[in-house]
Amino acid sequence: MTEGVSTAHHAHHELGFWRKYIFATDHKVIGIQYGLTGLFFMLFGFGLVLLMRWQLAYPEQALPLLGRLFRPDNPSLPGGIMVPEFYNSLGAMHGTIMVFLAVVPVAFAAFGNYIIPLQIGAPDMAFPRINMASYWFYFVGGVIMLGSFFLPGGAANSGWTSYPPLANIATVGQTAWILGMVALITSSLLGAVNFIATVLQLRAKGMTFMRMPVFVWAELATAFLLLLAFPPLEAAGVLQLMDRVAGTSFFMPQGLVVSGQPVQATGGGSVLLWQHLFWFLGHPEVYVLILPAMGIVAEIVANNTRKPLWGYRSIVYSILFITFMSFIVWAHHMYLTGMGTAISAFFQATTMIISIPSIVILTSLVISLWGGAIRFNTPMLFALAFLPMFGIGGLTGLPLGLSAADVHLHDTYYVIGHFHYVVAPGTIFALFAGIYYWFPKITGRKMSEFLGHLHFWPSLLFMNFVFFPMLIQGLAGVNRRLYDGGLQYAHAQDVLILNKVMSHSAFALALVQLPFIINLLWSLKFGKRVNENPWEATTLEWAAPSPPIPHGNFETIPQVYRSSYEYSVPGAPKDFTPQFQP
Amino acid sequence: MEIPYTTEARPDTGLYNGKFGIWLFLASEVMLFGGLFSAYVFLRNGASDWHAWHEAAELNISLATFNTAVLIASSVTMVMSWASLKMNQFGRYRMYLALTVLCGLIFLVVKYFEYSAKFHHQHYPSTNTFLAIYFTMTGLHGIHVLAGMVVNTYFLGPGAKMWRTEPLRLTNRLEISGLYWHFVDLVWIFLFPVLYLL
Repeated sequence: MTEGVSTAHHAHHELGFWRKYIFATDHKVIGIQYGLTGLFFMLFGFGLVLLMRWQLAYPEQALPLLGRLFRPDNPSLPGGIMVPEFYNSLGAMHGTIMVFLAVVPVAFAAFGNYIIPLQIGAPDMAFPRINMASYWFYFVGGVIMLGSFFLPGGAANSGWTSYPPLANIATVGQTAWILGMVALITSSLLGAVNFIATVLQLRAKGMTFMRMPVFVWAELATAFLLLLAFPPLEAAGVLQLMDRVAGTSFFMPQGLVVSGQPVQATGGGSVLLWQHLFWFLGHPEVYVLILPAMGIVAEIVANNTRKPLWGYRSIVYSILFITFMSFIVWAHHMYLTGMGTAISAFFQATTMIISIPSIVILTSLVISLWGGAIRFNTPMLFALAFLPMFGIGGLTGLPLGLSAADVHLHDTYYVIGHFHYVVAPGTIFALFAGIYYWFPKITGRKMSEFLGHLHFWPSLLFMNFVFFPMLIQGLAGVNRRLYDGGLQYAHAQDVLILNKVMSHSAFALALVQLPFIINLLWSLKFGKRVNENPWEATTLEWAAPSPPIPHGNFETIPQVYRSSYEYSVPGAPKDFTPQFQP
Repeated sequence: MEIPYTTEARPDTGLYNGKFGIWLFLASEVMLFGGLFSAYVFLRNGASDWHAWHEAAELNISLATFNTAVLIASSVTMVMSWASLKMNQFGRYRMYLALTVLCGLIFLVVKYFEYSAKFHHQHYPSTNTFLAIYFTMTGLHGIHVLAGMVVNTYFLGPGAKMWRTEPLRLTNRLEISGLYWHFVDLVWIFLFPVLYLL
């Protein structure tokens, strides 16, 4: 209600440490806060899944090295051997942390905060103090989620989707999960309001809609998804909280029996209601994960092919169409719930329709490569790898979108393989690309190309060795939630060996992230110093000094004279003509 | 460097930043309550004895009608307080804003008596799904009323000091607070028939 007050009044006198770096209102500092916290959670979430992968490859054997830390009376890992309840916690929390605390904060909030005001020529976000509140709500949500591991019974263990009635009767970690989610939803609400208001209100003179970089369009669309799709999950969270705390039965059916005991509840609720409300968020969330990645890749592809993006308008209209359609595809996650074939048919049709704009965007990016003088630097390598990896992720989704094929594939490792191809070698590769690409803007130094290559090539290899076998296991019928990796599961016997392939690849994948971490820290101090536009790019962020001026960004707000990707214009003196050049 | 359009409107959108922001926030709120209303429809469709639950709850329609009138009146006084600032009448602004807060308070006190009567008759959220959704939705709405009252009380007290330094900005803030207050009022306009009458 009280609008964020411009902090620009304070710009001229020096701020103290706390106001400058901790309770900061400058969009650049908040972007970095989001980025570092998000990368920490990404590493943490990856660590959780490494524990799971050990259990899957070597069921009920003690963890190597780490296992000795655990006494025989440890509730989660007695003597280093994982108990099933803890495995379930790891699964639920890996999903929750990777989606809500790692990928979305980095892709949407970190890049969005840092880059959007620069790309549209604004001195800051529209509401700097709301921006700060957004980060701190996110932080509180993260602390609640981490803290929930120490509750009796451990963290939430009903899957990242928290399906009732299981979630209703789960241990207290589930209550913490709901409260953590409320904090995260509040954070993303504040962020989304801020992003939309910033893009629509603070564009520099001459920055018309069709001159905006694809990244800004992608973030704008993402903000609308977060703004409108998250609240129904909040509503669902409130209902589940009432079920767990006040004894209501919103999601409790009549006559539920658990472990031979009838559950004490009045009943009369519907378990499907949760699924509808959850997936009403859940599906737009998929596009929240992928749209910013597409935006980042579009920026890098245009810059490194040295030619304009092919089909800029098609890409923009496709993004808008995806935003609209993603609100009416959610029930394709629910074909097997018995909601009825007529409803399945409707959602199957909308699901096939929404694949079209995604393919238009991907095809435009691929055609953009045609005839370009491609620079194969590290950001471009990651962006190029994004294209086929996201392609595999997207195309493997089509059989899941067809209700007949989904009968076989539902809840198998095929699903896991599919969405990890979208998010891991898809979105996360795009995030790496973005970090390598904008690092010089943020620090004034370039990251090491050598370490970049050392990071990229093995990552590409191991990503595929982790996720492709999942597709094979899934087609064989291996269920996705088996604690022993399928040891006692008839369908899994022929593909059991793949568990070891995937697990060892996952451990290797962790190892080859070291060059990235070293690169990030080393380049901060010893990277090659560069001018304000080292990539010879056309968009507006490269008009600001590197790093941009605290509170204000530009020496003078630039004016925009042309569209965003004017590379290799015939007759121009150089092979790039920046937007801010008259 | 100043952030543009904090108080004056941007020509192409016709809005200043804060007003743009509150409309976005309200869109999100529509989805929040939309989710709950959808849940209501879903649960009611699936229930076999909804009418029996509704009858047994013995909701007090006359109190709720009174509360509806109180909230509508508060929306009127809210507009009057903003209009008073527009017309440079600071005294009247305070009076109308105080009336708005008072109406909010009356609403919550009536709500308190309604809740107490329910508890007195052993009607709890856990009793049946109708009472569950009744308490959840009116409770969440009550929290929204309380939040609006807190903000308006702030503008009645320390927040009003801005009148001396930046009168235009205070007027804008009141407009934003008012938009929120009308929204909360509107939610009740939907809750009243859905929960009490249907």
